[in-house]
Amino acid sequence: MLHYMGRRLLQLIPVLLGMTFIVFMLIRAIPGNPAQVILGQQATKEAVEALNASLGLDKPWYTQYFSYLAGVFQGDLGVSLRTRLPVAEEIFPYLAATAELALFAMIIAIIVGVNAGIISAWFQNSWFDYTAMIIALIGVSVPVFWLGLMEQWVFGNQLGWLPTSGREDVRNPINSITHFYLLDTLIQGRFDQFFEVLKRLVLPGIALATIPMAIIARITRSSMLEVMRSDYVRTARAKGQKMFVVVYKHALKNAIIPVLTIIGLQTGLLLGGAILTETIFSWPGIGRYIYDAIGFRDYPVIQSGILVVAFIFIMINLIVDLLYTVIDPRIKYK
Amino acid sequence: MRKKLLEIKGLETTFFTDNGQIPAVDNIEFSVHEGEILGIVGESGSGKSVTSLSIMGLIPSPPGKITGGEILLDGKNLAKYTDKQMQKVRGKDIAMIFQEPMTSLNPLFTIGDQLKEAISIHNPKWSKKEALARAVEIMKLVGLPRAEELLKDYPHQLSGGMRQRVMIAMALVCDPQVLIADEPTTALDVTIQAQILQLMKDLNKRLNTAVLLITHDLGVVAETCERVIVMYAGQIVEEAPVQEIFSNPKHPYTQGLIQSVPDMRHKKDSLYSIPGTVPKPGSIKVGCRFAARCEYAMERCLQETPPLFEATEQHRSRCFLLEEQGVEQRVESVIKS
Repeated sequence: MLHYMGRRLLQLIPVLLGMTFIVFMLIRAIPGNPAQVILGQQATKEAVEALNASLGLDKPWYTQYFSYLAGVFQGDLGVSLRTRLPVAEEIFPYLAATAELALFAMIIAIIVGVNAGIISAWFQNSWFDYTAMIIALIGVSVPVFWLGLMEQWVFGNQLGWLPTSGREDVRNPINSITHFYLLDTLIQGRFDQFFEVLKRLVLPGIALATIPMAIIARITRSSMLEVMRSDYVRTARAKGQKMFVVVYKHALKNAIIPVLTIIGLQTGLLLGGAILTETIFSWPGIGRYIYDAIGFRDYPVIQSGILVVAFIFIMINLIVDLLYTVIDPRIKYK
Repeated sequence: MRKKLLEIKGLETTFFTDNGQIPAVDNIEFSVHEGEILGIVGESGSGKSVTSLSIMGLIPSPPGKITGGEILLDGKNLAKYTDKQMQKVRGKDIAMIFQEPMTSLNPLFTIGDQLKEAISIHNPKWSKKEALARAVEIMKLVGLPRAEELLKDYPHQLSGGMRQRVMIAMALVCDPQVLIADEPTTALDVTIQAQILQLMKDLNKRLNTAVLLITHDLGVVAETCERVIVMYAGQIVEEAPVQEIFSNPKHPYTQGLIQSVPDMRHKKDSLYSIPGTVPKPGSIKVGCRFAARCEYAMERCLQETPPLFEATEQHRSRCFLLEEQGVEQRVESVIKS
């Protein structure tokens, strides 16, 4: 097991190296450069070149690449060209904002999606099954930006139930410690702020949860349908076990592995930031952070931002792989 | 004669499919007596599994449904029970083991978990310690060595024979009155088959549990059962004590079955087989269902459905040949719901 984990972590290195290289080359392939953006369209050629030189962007690409890599290996993710702050410091609040939203969305998606899938399989071809699967089909096909706008219009604009943008009420700012606001407000005992944060999570959370929820529901249903026909489910019923226990204990545990794979992939995707949702709901997340950096040609932020996101994605999938062994005693990694 | 434990009267189970209603079994009538081993033989598709699953209330529904008849256990009609009521009967009064020991145990729970679950469902007040003690006791009873350690194992760590022993242990752990064994040895090696059959015979003697043994193997029947029911195309065609079935089979189908058992003593070039195939359930509406394959078939067999004739008190056969020998027909119950 430890051996397996070590090998998986070693495999990370070439993957991340290759990725940094591709990102490094791609962002330099897009027209424009940081100095031009900083100085504006009217700047003289000399001024641009002078600034580029002072930023170290006049050196050959391989020198730049290897000095960036050398920094990364020492835990230095570079300095933002725009804010002059170290990326490693600057990135954390954005990452936390995205993580809080993504985890909130995934909790909704998992609870609703898994249960809808289970009940659909349990009562196959019932009205619940049909309704749930039609909603799931709509869920995977609906554009997220449209859903987000509709939510804002209905629940914010028309009904006025929920705030439609931002993580916090600017008139009542949160004293941040961890940058996870739900956690921060709880630690400080500020329950008024806690509920404010929670309210603000609802609309973007639902917008973000829709697609994973629909995918999870469909995968759970098909996986459960297969398991419900199995001999050991019949054995459990033959023992006189209650149908609820048969479904939620015997069948679900066997059906959950493909669902877990999807949950891992979707969580990884959401943690990578959701630019559309974050933009619509003015959420200061990692997706918008990287997107803005592209506009400014802020090379270190783009490179390191994508590196961090990729690292998180891979780690989550590693954790999912390890979870398989907890669920199924027949799966052993050597 | 021993007391009747389980009485099946006019059982009819129908599958409602897109291609119409398919009666998988109809007019099934038999009883299981205290402490006996009753065999049900028949080819695949003859309705033996449907019969046993109907008794357990485990017919996949939809599409299947019990559409007529009674299943009487201590005078209570299980055919009318809801699934919730059946939960109290399954595992406690009637238990069942299945054909595939390899897939019948849940691969993700230990043997101990699954065995203790079977105990606690029907004995919710037992402590963990009592349940464990009972689990160990029953494991020893079915001849599994080092029971305490085995309880911690997962099904994939056990051989097929051991798993079937675990299944038997799980079925018997709440002392059911009737054990239904649906082809319990079909998936096992011949040597293991013999062990499992011997175990079931021993347990039947020691615990006085009645066994309903479903099989397509006449050899298994000869070795284990006291009485036999022969099924064909969803009907009972013959019922008799085991010696009589082999020495004096009355129904042409049973005769054909016995003839097609290979005999080591006489070397023959080819093995006898009954010509034709089993008709699809529901395809024959009138007449004897075996008529098309029967060498004694008469005009009448195609026009009238033969009733069961009682050759002796314990020997019944669904064939007009018996009437010609002057045997009277048996009164059957027709219960429609």
